[in-house]
Amino acid sequence: MGNVTVKNVDRIKQTLWEKSYIPEILRGLSVTTSHFFRNLNPNKEKRTIFTREYPEVITEYPERYRGLHRLMLRDDGQVRCVACMCCSTICPADCIHIEAGEHDDPTIEKYPTVFVIDELRCIVCGLCVEACPCDAIRMDSGRHIPPSLERDEAFFDRDLLMELGGLSEAKQGGQR
Amino acid sequence: MAEILLSVVKIAVIVFGFVMLVASLMTLLGDRKQSAKIQNRIGPNQARFFGFSLAGIPHFLADGIKMILKENVTPAQSNKFLHTIAPGLVFVPALVGWAVVPFMDHYCTGTVQTLPQMNYTEVCVGGEWKNYFSIMHFNSGLLFAFAIAAVSVYGAAIAGWASNSKFSLLGGLRSSAQMISYEVSMGLSLAGVLMIYGTLNLNEMVRMQGNMFGDWLPMWGVVVQPLAFFLFFLAGLAETKRAPFDLPEDESVIVAGYITEYSSMKFAMMQLSEYAATVFIAALIAVIFLGGWQVPYVYADGIRFLDNHWVPFGEDAWYWISIFLRIGAMVFKILFLVWLQFMMRWTLPRFRYDQVMTLGWKILLPLSIANLFVTALVLAIL
Repeated sequence: MGNVTVKNVDRIKQTLWEKSYIPEILRGLSVTTSHFFRNLNPNKEKRTIFTREYPEVITEYPERYRGLHRLMLRDDGQVRCVACMCCSTICPADCIHIEAGEHDDPTIEKYPTVFVIDELRCIVCGLCVEACPCDAIRMDSGRHIPPSLERDEAFFDRDLLMELGGLSEAKQGGQR
Repeated sequence: MAEILLSVVKIAVIVFGFVMLVASLMTLLGDRKQSAKIQNRIGPNQARFFGFSLAGIPHFLADGIKMILKENVTPAQSNKFLHTIAPGLVFVPALVGWAVVPFMDHYCTGTVQTLPQMNYTEVCVGGEWKNYFSIMHFNSGLLFAFAIAAVSVYGAAIAGWASNSKFSLLGGLRSSAQMISYEVSMGLSLAGVLMIYGTLNLNEMVRMQGNMFGDWLPMWGVVVQPLAFFLFFLAGLAETKRAPFDLPEDESVIVAGYITEYSSMKFAMMQLSEYAATVFIAALIAVIFLGGWQVPYVYADGIRFLDNHWVPFGEDAWYWISIFLRIGAMVFKILFLVWLQFMMRWTLPRFRYDQVMTLGWKILLPLSIANLFVTALVLAIL
């Protein structure tokens, strides 16, 4: 510390060729003109246009895209969730609300009577999916969280989330 | 009476049928579509006629409707009268200049003969020249065009002053300063051309450009005065207040310059007149430097190349074909130059204001004087 060293950086001197601008302007014009005519090509495959025409052409999302939550189902179509509260505990946005209830089946300890996700608060971090011990909640539905006009519409309850759900590959009890 | 009717028809066709059409289409095709293609985008394509996007053309109609429906805001404490007439003062000169632009040679009621021994001059035998293809036959057409082009800056300056806004005032000042510095080199660059052609009449000038050097090289302005062409093109770009010289409406510095306080159709007129000025400068360059309506080797009495002479489709039919070819050539040249100006706009970044002044006074002006001097010397020796 202490001494400030000054490093002199030489300016790159413009040659007369560059200073006259004309050849450089022509070079720039040739770039823009080539782009212009390439993008007028009648064969649309050969154009280099990067615009996505979104509403008309839906973009394919990658496989691991995190979208709207879904609740997976058991073989008999019941909800897979055991209301262990792992997801609502880890949720940094505190958007999952679960109320547990006792299940009639003695082999199933608990099930969620109420399972509401406030999609307005959800930050789509995916921690709930990581935390889930029994593959009951996933975010791989491939859909956006839909826009809503009313606040209530953004509360996705259990049945709505189950509609998107499917059978899980995992077997209850830890065996595949 | 027939004369007046003819003038009205010519005005309607040239000014409204051509200039306004091109200028208003340029707001869309030139600015939005062309820039989109250059920047690998699609550009506007959502406004549709019965489900067809038609290359986005309905957008400019939609823009027009939007402009009409917008509220017309006049800033408080502005000079209402001047604020209102300023768009007109910008708009009218952009159109009046077209009076002298020839779209075709005068129509010959007799037969046209081209004289290869007299440098391919066309003469009208057994009839007279009738002026059907330019609005006005004017001996000093070039001076008129220049005077009109220079007047348009008053509109910008008045708009800037009358708006009662700092940004507008700066924009108006900038546009008048820029105008003065470029008008000088513009005029001087043309002095060489005037010495060579020896006429101020634009149609005569185009006729002279049909002459040939050594039977094969057309004596276009760009051939005999390449430097002047370059200077005039640059000065013309600066005069139309388009990028890279759009300092008067430098949006990153002074919002929108002299049009900051304009809204609704007044704004639309300001914009449109800028595009019309672009088309007008393109027409002037085409007429003075690119041979106007001349198509090389195509004459009213057939195609002449070196010593060969063809007359396709017979004499009478060929005269009409040549007329259409020549009008087409003129329109094509104008459109090409407009396209080139827009290309420049989307290629080059904006100059700083002191750079613009340096370019005008320290580079273009000495160059144009040198050009004038060399031309005079060469002409004196020859």
